[in-house]
Amino acid sequence: MATQHSRAAARLMISPAVLLLLGWMIIPLSMTVYFSFLRYNLLVPGMEEWAGWTNYEYFLTDPAFFAALKNTLLLVGGVLFITIVGGVLLALLLDQPFWGQGIVRILVIAPFFVMPTVSALVWKNMFMNPVNGLFAYIAKAFGLAPFDFLAHAPLFSIILIVAWGWLPFATLILLTALQSLDSEQLEAAEMDGANFLNRFAFIMLPHLARSITVVILIQTIFLLSVFAEILVTTNGGPGTASTNLTFLVYAQSLLQFDVGGGAAGGVVAIILANIVAIFLMRMIGKNLEA
Amino acid sequence: MAFNTRALLSACAIAALCVPATAETITIATVNNGDMIRMQGLTKDFTDKNPDIDVEWVTMEENVLRQRVTTDIATKGGQFDIMTIGTYEVPIWGKQGWLVSLNDLPDSYDVDDLLPPIREGLTVDGELYAAPFYGESSMVMYRKDLMEKAGLEMPEAPTWDFIAEAAKAMTDKENEIYGVCLRGKAGWGENMAFLTAMSNSFGARWFDMEWKPQFDTQPWKDTLTFYLDLMNEAGPPGASSNGFNENLALFQTGKCGMWIDATVAASFVTNPDDSQVADQVGFALAPDKGLGKRGNWLWAWSLGIPAGTQKEEAAKKFVEWATSKEYLELVASEEGWANVPPGTRTSLYENPEYQKIPFAKMTLDSINSADPKNPTVDPVPYVGVQFVAIPEFQGMATVIGQIFSAALAGTMDAENALASAQATAEREMTKAGYIK
Repeated sequence: MATQHSRAAARLMISPAVLLLLGWMIIPLSMTVYFSFLRYNLLVPGMEEWAGWTNYEYFLTDPAFFAALKNTLLLVGGVLFITIVGGVLLALLLDQPFWGQGIVRILVIAPFFVMPTVSALVWKNMFMNPVNGLFAYIAKAFGLAPFDFLAHAPLFSIILIVAWGWLPFATLILLTALQSLDSEQLEAAEMDGANFLNRFAFIMLPHLARSITVVILIQTIFLLSVFAEILVTTNGGPGTASTNLTFLVYAQSLLQFDVGGGAAGGVVAIILANIVAIFLMRMIGKNLEA
Repeated sequence: MAFNTRALLSACAIAALCVPATAETITIATVNNGDMIRMQGLTKDFTDKNPDIDVEWVTMEENVLRQRVTTDIATKGGQFDIMTIGTYEVPIWGKQGWLVSLNDLPDSYDVDDLLPPIREGLTVDGELYAAPFYGESSMVMYRKDLMEKAGLEMPEAPTWDFIAEAAKAMTDKENEIYGVCLRGKAGWGENMAFLTAMSNSFGARWFDMEWKPQFDTQPWKDTLTFYLDLMNEAGPPGASSNGFNENLALFQTGKCGMWIDATVAASFVTNPDDSQVADQVGFALAPDKGLGKRGNWLWAWSLGIPAGTQKEEAAKKFVEWATSKEYLELVASEEGWANVPPGTRTSLYENPEYQKIPFAKMTLDSINSADPKNPTVDPVPYVGVQFVAIPEFQGMATVIGQIFSAALAGTMDAENALASAQATAEREMTKAGYIK
């Protein structure tokens, strides 16, 4: 039991760390907010002037903004769908005893250790390239015309690449959950005549609910800011077909060198991400209670 | 024990005396183009001559390089001591006092030997702000064997209509041969460089004398429609993500009939070590439309020193070495005259050895025919052939490059693409205060 005295001492001792952390967050954040109200182009230094809401006005009325918003949601949704459905299936498969299980598990988990830039490069040049890629080669072997993934289905291609990287994470968490399921319960259900589908729907899936929630929460946070895969493969294009909010902010501040516009975009992105976070916590965070 | 310590200390002191003063390290940012990669391979010649200077390279893709060096210099980051920059950046940065003046290079450097159009592009108010490493224009590179097979003959100065006819005749999609490879990758220095230079020959321009964007005019419509039709019929698949390096790889592996791009590529496509079609490449001037302007650009990749660097002297020594006549001779002796960085010095084009190179004359003619002050058929308020030398250009052209790249990928038609390019340009020019 801590005394009042020791509590005060603890507070005093922890305060430098708290102050440091606050400074760490508040200084860049307030600078971003400050810059977002400036007319500030890196190539025209010394011309900074107060711009009021102009940067926000231009960012929010930019046709690319709506495309980016839609793409961000599609990207998060698409990857979540693939990783959760795929993760559950893989977890079920890996939970079965079979020969070479250890090696298969390592192979399934391996993509998680590949850096996003590297995996994007490999997918772009070795798989999806319409002239020299593996998919083009397979298509040609069957007498079909190669499909140009990155030009004709850019967002879908990126969803695929990102999902490939995140699938092991979902599989791993779900597999652990599945392994914690009491086998006697399943056996009892089997003896009562429940087939596999029923056992899956009424025993395994409810048992997995909490882990699925964890996967959704963690992945959403990271997926809202997918960047490397887009930069390496499509550069947000063609047009704005694969631009998400993060890439749009990058394009504003580092391709167009418009720091003011980029900062305004950054603030908008922070607000939107928080809305998504609150929504998520409300909707599915309930699963984590009790 | 005491003896041991003393022995150790004296050993350290002697060792410290024997080691020469620590070398100064200069960091150079450069683009991953062939000539720069070659320069890195030859760095030893420089460090041998200057043992007190170490060189560290940071090599990047064009778009990334621009972004890194611009942020570094604009925020006074001080990451690089030498930057590889182009004809677009030098006048803008020079005017802002971001670059060290190179007017004090020694006489032996022979600054008057630099090709006048290139030198002029790197000079602001009489001060030379960067030294050209290689200069380039653009031209047609084509496969003689495929041309012959198609029953056609390439004129020295072709028209766009001839290019279209030849491209269609050479295309053999079954065997992965595409009549023409052109840039489609979005970026102001990628597809927009090509399309802007091309539009000049079609009588189009970026802005009229009042800085009003011109994408809603007929010449731009003609340019884009022609480009899209040509690429859809005779271009390689995935063209919307092909830039200089991607097209180079396609041409070298025999997949392109023609390629209209930087003159500097000539040495790569004719080098038998890298190119499978080295002995079959012919050259011609960039095409025209009979309006008095050809679709060729003018560019120089140059080495500049950011103002405020602590290592100005060492950096200057390197810039002098890399852009000197001696460097050209060094490359020639190591790898042959064809691989010398082209387009910067008059003396190179007067050299009888170099005159034997098949693309030498074509390169010089192309460079000399580009006029940055009068780039288009109609008068314009700006300088620059394949760019507009205002700070806002690169942002605007990057967005418009994305739009045109989408048109090439087939996600929007020419008319919509031009309308959205016009809207983007008007927005940006209004924001920047050019249009009231």
